[in-house]
Amino acid sequence: MTDNTLLSINNLTTHYVTDEAIIHAVNRINLELKTGESLGLVGESGAGKSTTAYSIMGILPKLTGKIVQGEILFQGKDLTRTSEEQMRSIRGSQISMIFQDPMTSLNPILPVGDQIAEVLEIHGTGNRKEAMEKAGNMLEMVGIPKDRMHEYQHQFSGGMKQRVIIAIALACNPQLLIADEPTTALDVTIQAQVLKMIKDLRMRLGTSLILISHNLSVVAQLCENVAILYAGHIVEYGPLRDVFSNPFHPYTEGLLNCIPRIDVDKKRLSPIRGMMPDPSLVYEGCVFKPRCPYAEDICGLVTPGISEPAGRKVMCLMYQDLMPNKMSIDKAKGKIND
Amino acid sequence: MTEGKNLQPILSVENLKKYFQTSRGSLHAVDNVSFEIQEGQTLGVVGESGCGKTTTGRTILRLIEPTSGTIRFDNIDINNLPKNDLRLIRSKMQIIFQDPYSSLDPRKTVAATISEPLVIHKRVANKRELRERVLALMEMVELEERLYSAYPHELDGGRRQRIGIARALALEPKFIVCDEPVSSLDVSVQAQIINLMQDLQDKLKLTYMFVTHDMAVVKHISDEIAVMYLGQIIERAPAKELFEHQIHPYTRALIAAIPKMGANLGDLTGTLKGEIGSPIEPKPGCRFAPRCDYCQESCTRADPPLQDLGAGRYVACWRASEI
Repeated sequence: MTDNTLLSINNLTTHYVTDEAIIHAVNRINLELKTGESLGLVGESGAGKSTTAYSIMGILPKLTGKIVQGEILFQGKDLTRTSEEQMRSIRGSQISMIFQDPMTSLNPILPVGDQIAEVLEIHGTGNRKEAMEKAGNMLEMVGIPKDRMHEYQHQFSGGMKQRVIIAIALACNPQLLIADEPTTALDVTIQAQVLKMIKDLRMRLGTSLILISHNLSVVAQLCENVAILYAGHIVEYGPLRDVFSNPFHPYTEGLLNCIPRIDVDKKRLSPIRGMMPDPSLVYEGCVFKPRCPYAEDICGLVTPGISEPAGRKVMCLMYQDLMPNKMSIDKAKGKIND
Repeated sequence: MTEGKNLQPILSVENLKKYFQTSRGSLHAVDNVSFEIQEGQTLGVVGESGCGKTTTGRTILRLIEPTSGTIRFDNIDINNLPKNDLRLIRSKMQIIFQDPYSSLDPRKTVAATISEPLVIHKRVANKRELRERVLALMEMVELEERLYSAYPHELDGGRRQRIGIARALALEPKFIVCDEPVSSLDVSVQAQIINLMQDLQDKLKLTYMFVTHDMAVVKHISDEIAVMYLGQIIERAPAKELFEHQIHPYTRALIAAIPKMGANLGDLTGTLKGEIGSPIEPKPGCRFAPRCDYCQESCTRADPPLQDLGAGRYVACWRASEI
């Protein structure tokens, strides 16, 4: 672990325990974020993206959510062993999170300015008057005129609400911002405005970012590194350009092949066959095996570890010399690509 | 997909308007929209929330009664059709909804949902025939036979959307309005459903009106695309050409705003300023004028008409020839 590591997640496993079943939401994942870095977490519903974020923030549902093993080191401090009281002082000041739906994230009966000031007051940044003044500045920073700070959320459009939420999240100048599908509920032109704003603010404030999205193109706009999640596992992790231009894991390849693209003409999409596995069951071998076009018998017997080809982390037996790497053979033959 | 077919419009819409009365005045959800769709083709209708794309789709089926305008389907003016005749026509025009979670009756089995239109329209003589038809439809949309008596809550989003498609196909329609049919699905499942819809179109010679906000999906599936902004079609063109070259400043901004996978970190140029205006009692003149970089005083005097530029391209912009 180097000096500028901000967050380091080691072997994290998070379960949801109900009367009927244990949901294996996140399984032994490892992530590392350096100060100033932006990391994208990509995957389909049920991949464990949000659960990873909730685990970091310590906001898993109290009755069911449980971190079973592993550690989350934030500036060297293990958040899984931090008291709720201490977590409360970290949340909002050192780590902030913005959620998908701007329509339900704001308090409808409090003017937006007060909601920004509230964070500043709670985390002890000056008195009420100073907090309100800073709140006004924060609004200006996200592109909303200061004089609208006494208005309520219903007076703002969806894109404006998400700007207010970003202002709240960044008010205390946190080291880490976790954005969970921040633009999914927004129209594409408004999405572009918000993405551009997040990017500019990050440059200005030096905030590290974890961006959660199912949309690969959105992640491509903001992130240097990307982790591809499937059924609670990080199946591929590395520099975003490399992962997107030359995927190593069969799931990453499948994901890239099945999306229609603006910049590439495809006659026909290549869906990934089958569906996500039931997260309440424990699987022998690789979780992706039932859907994998390259799978062999051994994939159902041996659980793949993490290999590190070309500076990337990949969870697949093809990179462990346990079976021939059919992906790279196919690529060499030029069979891949539509 | 388009070449070599005998092109004739199966649907033609002229000056379609739908105004809703609100306490603050008349809301122009669809304002003077005209277009036609050739048989066997897909018209993609795109735009951001509130542009009137969904209302247009539903008004064409008269699920919402239009304020004025003509809708001709198979050369029949359906806007002036009495309710009884409308029912016959409706069996030829169906709709697939966005959300497979709320568009299915949770108390009905897969079989009951798919058989409902067959029973209502008396298309089957007896129970055995009904079962056969339902099973054939299930096979057509690749739903496993074992799910015949399953309920929607037992199924994932992709399978639920297959039920919606099977139900829409039950009466052997010619034309289907697809209202964001894949927007709530995960990408791997989305690709399965898009492929299925394309296969069904080829096999059954279906005509689609595909309403969506997803530009990548619409580019993939459409022969022709109509871009809507505040209740009006502002540009229409063959799909490929539209993505190669946009004439209307809004279309240009819309396509520029789509994040692209290959783009460099934060390469979001040409971000559109401001937000969409109000559709209530809109002022005369171009609806996009307040956000447009090319706006002149003359743009705000009257609505720009959708001009035919030839080669299948249409644009509604006063300054189209200059910019």
